[in-house]
Amino acid sequence: MADAAFLALTVITIGSAIAALELRSLIYGSIALMGTLGGIAGFFFLLDSPFVALFQLAVYVGSIAVLILFTVMLVKRELIFKKIEDKRRKFAGIGLMLVVMVALGAIFLDSGIKTITTGEPPVDFRDIGTDFVTYYWPALILMGLILAGSVTGALVLAKREDVENDQRTS
Amino acid sequence: MTSELVDFTLVSVALLGIGIYGLAVKRNFIRMLFAVEIIINAANLNLVAFGRFLPHSGGQTLALFSIAIAAAEVAVGLSLIIVAYRMYQNVDIADYRSLKG
Repeated sequence: MADAAFLALTVITIGSAIAALELRSLIYGSIALMGTLGGIAGFFFLLDSPFVALFQLAVYVGSIAVLILFTVMLVKRELIFKKIEDKRRKFAGIGLMLVVMVALGAIFLDSGIKTITTGEPPVDFRDIGTDFVTYYWPALILMGLILAGSVTGALVLAKREDVENDQRTS
Repeated sequence: MTSELVDFTLVSVALLGIGIYGLAVKRNFIRMLFAVEIIINAANLNLVAFGRFLPHSGGQTLALFSIAIAAAEVAVGLSLIIVAYRMYQNVDIADYRSLKG
């Protein structure tokens, strides 16, 4: 059975996920998204994976959520507080969500994973480092290149071409 | 640790459902990015949970890869939002139907 920490993290994570999508203000929405990402980091701590949890906190809560917050602040004030959604699709969306939850939940509950419990010690984080530099080294290099390429691409995309350099400095 | 694997997978399913709802209903580009982030985190939670209960280091390694790639995806997604907002002065994806330069 689930313990108290698990239940608390579940409430925080799912509650702030709903809040992130449903709060009227985009700024509060992105702060709620931080709650979801932090809750997932808490789950990683519960799963004895402190390395991934700290990575999640550093990358997601520390940089991605702050990046989203700054992008939201670039948007016009009235758009931040305006809820743009398809009213007709709302009930269809809720139905789709319930169908996915019930169907996948029933499959998981009916499958053999319900009986999986572990008494074995958690994976040592040194094994992750060994994985990275042995079996996954081509993927690691590829990931570095993708990150560098995407950040350069993002900078090129967001660059304003209608502003000249001398206008920017003045 | 008293929680079982199925508990973590059920949380992950709930997050996936919420993310799908957000993608289906919301028309705000930034909210849709929130929904994508929630779905990616649900997948990461599954990876780490299965990695813990098997136990195998592959789950955590793949989760770290996934987090790094998601960071790249968000960087590109946010710059696309900025470009589209500059063109249309709106974040409603209904306005982005004619994505021309």
